[in-house]
Amino acid sequence: MAAATRGAVGLPGILKDAAFYALGTFALCVPVVAFRTDAGPTGGLELTPRWGLVLALCAAIFLARLAQRLILMRRDARRALTPARSQATEAVGATPNAGQRVSMLALWLFIGIALTLPVVAALASGSLGEGRYWIDLGILILTYVMLGWGLNIVVGLAGLLDLGYVAFYAVGAYSYALLSTTFGLSFWVCLPLAGLFAALWGMLLGFPVLRLRGDYLAIVTLAFGEIIRLVLINWVDVTGGGAGISSIPRATFFGIPFTAGEDGFAARFGLTFDSMHRVVFLYYLILALALITNVVTLRLRRLPIGRAWEALREDEIACRSLGINTTTTKLTAFALGAAFGGFAGSFFAVRQGFISPESFNFLESAIILAIVVLGGMGSQVGVAIAAVAMVGGPEMLRNLGFLKAVFGQGFDPNEYRLLLFGLAMVAMMVWRPRGLISERTPSVALGERRAISGAHVSEGHG
Amino acid sequence: MDVFVQQLINGLTLGSIYGLIAIGYTMVFGIIGMVNFAHGDVFMVSSFIALIGFLILTTWLGVSSIALAFLIVLVVSMVLTALWGWAIERVAYRPLRGSFRLAPLISAIGVSIFLSNFVQVAQGARNKPLPPMLSGGITLFETDGFQVFLSYKQCLIMAVTAVLLTGFWYLVQRTPFGRAQRACEQDRKMAALLGIDVDRTISLTFVLGAALAAVAGVLYLMYYGVVSFSDGFVPGVKAFTAAVLGGIGSLPGAVLGGLIIGLIETFWSAYFSIEYKDVAAFSILAVVLIFMPSGILGRAEVEKV
Repeated sequence: MAAATRGAVGLPGILKDAAFYALGTFALCVPVVAFRTDAGPTGGLELTPRWGLVLALCAAIFLARLAQRLILMRRDARRALTPARSQATEAVGATPNAGQRVSMLALWLFIGIALTLPVVAALASGSLGEGRYWIDLGILILTYVMLGWGLNIVVGLAGLLDLGYVAFYAVGAYSYALLSTTFGLSFWVCLPLAGLFAALWGMLLGFPVLRLRGDYLAIVTLAFGEIIRLVLINWVDVTGGGAGISSIPRATFFGIPFTAGEDGFAARFGLTFDSMHRVVFLYYLILALALITNVVTLRLRRLPIGRAWEALREDEIACRSLGINTTTTKLTAFALGAAFGGFAGSFFAVRQGFISPESFNFLESAIILAIVVLGGMGSQVGVAIAAVAMVGGPEMLRNLGFLKAVFGQGFDPNEYRLLLFGLAMVAMMVWRPRGLISERTPSVALGERRAISGAHVSEGHG
Repeated sequence: MDVFVQQLINGLTLGSIYGLIAIGYTMVFGIIGMVNFAHGDVFMVSSFIALIGFLILTTWLGVSSIALAFLIVLVVSMVLTALWGWAIERVAYRPLRGSFRLAPLISAIGVSIFLSNFVQVAQGARNKPLPPMLSGGITLFETDGFQVFLSYKQCLIMAVTAVLLTGFWYLVQRTPFGRAQRACEQDRKMAALLGIDVDRTISLTFVLGAALAAVAGVLYLMYYGVVSFSDGFVPGVKAFTAAVLGGIGSLPGAVLGGLIIGLIETFWSAYFSIEYKDVAAFSILAVVLIFMPSGILGRAEVEKV
């Protein structure tokens, strides 16, 4: 029915289409939205009708669809007047186009903001302690930037769709937590070890899936991620089970603890003690780790192994025909991606001081994958922008106090975080499946280096 | 022996539910080659529709006949869930046809996250219990005080599954829609050239898959008597495992795979450890995909260059 009305042009057709959408929404809302179930006084469930909410939702969908169709109609009318650009010349050009200029600008802007954030936050809110919220948010975003860049090696460069990336994050976190609580090793010893363990697990899990491709690979990696989480929950003797591991030692400034005492960081450097020193240090630590991930990835792309990854992504069979060892190529991609996940994991453990299997569920994998895909697979700047949007955006939702005024006091915007997140993933795929930064600069070029449209880049079969 | 028979009954019951969900995965994969990641959550939504349906019928309308209430809820839940399936395909998957390969999968993950959180926001995060509807059963035999018990619920689940699968098999094998559906599975472009409305056929495939998931949802709710917003993920992955084990794209394979997964899960819980039953299911998924990617009844895929 919608397909039939789609061709209809003019206001009556559009109104009919929007009404159809509203009707559909109404039917979908019955009965899941229309009746709320709550535990009654006797323990059984009681129903509360909410028809007002259903009608409001239908009205919202009606207006949204109306607006969308009107905008599309105007765009189509404009398109009909101007001659279409041919597909091949659209994004290929020697001069940087708008997308590239934005991404170059964004790169420097991003690094600039990232480097100065603690200072800016402290100045803007009066003192370091006041700016703590912003620095914590920065740490959170940078953790996801790093995870996104790590996964980008596997998904963006090698074209292997990994839905269980969070497993390596978990391996890193548990490596640090267990090594430091049982053997008393310091963070700086554990960090490389955590990366190593995660890389080992990356190889172990990568080995059986060498033959799998596409959706199958995605599902098996998802299964591995879940298996690791379930083992973490059930192997109570070692991992502490669902209760997790608490009182994990804090990070030190290369051996100097952030304490108020004689040997503390503040005393050694002649500063007055401030608990914020540790937070600022953690911020710069994750920034450094993230930038190392980025630099390593960018340099690896120039090496034979990086080129092999991209060749693998473009065409596995051609790749093998040319004598590239696809086994080692895939395994190095898994191992390196996992190693960066492991670094991020051990950072997570040292920052939180407490870890439990609940932090490593499938949703985290989905968020990291969404960051990579939204950023435009293979684009480093895109991943950073997407991480800011996907992690920072929902965080902003928390601060929207005026929504409470509109929807009443009981309204908690945070409840809608994941709901909007899911919608954003779908909308993004429908609207811009190639991600925010959809231009690519080839690693190897004959003569002049040109950007090509993401639509011309293959995304791999496995 | 007695414990074995009891677990066999329990496993077949659970397997019937998995088999019903698995059909949705296998048909969608067969026709458009994507893993409909949101299918498990569609199943969960149908359970909620059934829950509210039961509550309306029993508390407000005062329907006392369980058989009548069950039939009404089954039909209503199938219709409304089918609508969800149709809407999801229309909004989240159809615009992506012809897009790059990973786009539908990522969109499906988005739908899955959306659905579970939609239900959480609409109905709250608590487990929703349903008062027991159908109790009692038949004691098959008794040895050393251990009763092998076949409850009426289990009878109902197996009977409904058998009846619906027969009807469904007839639909796919003997009707014009079924022919169109199988044609699209073999070659979508050729089917379109021969005058089959491919978009409509794909929509109907989603509708049918969702309706069968709704049957599973109603039965699941009756069997366990409780549902929560996060109940879609794990049964979804297990049903997908069933579809893969049976050979993805094969309908009898999906049911067979569902029964095998149900049996393995029950026996694993009974004889090994209940904590690791999900690990067992996930491991089977990995092992089957790695060593036997075409499953038990599936066709081996030939890659053409």
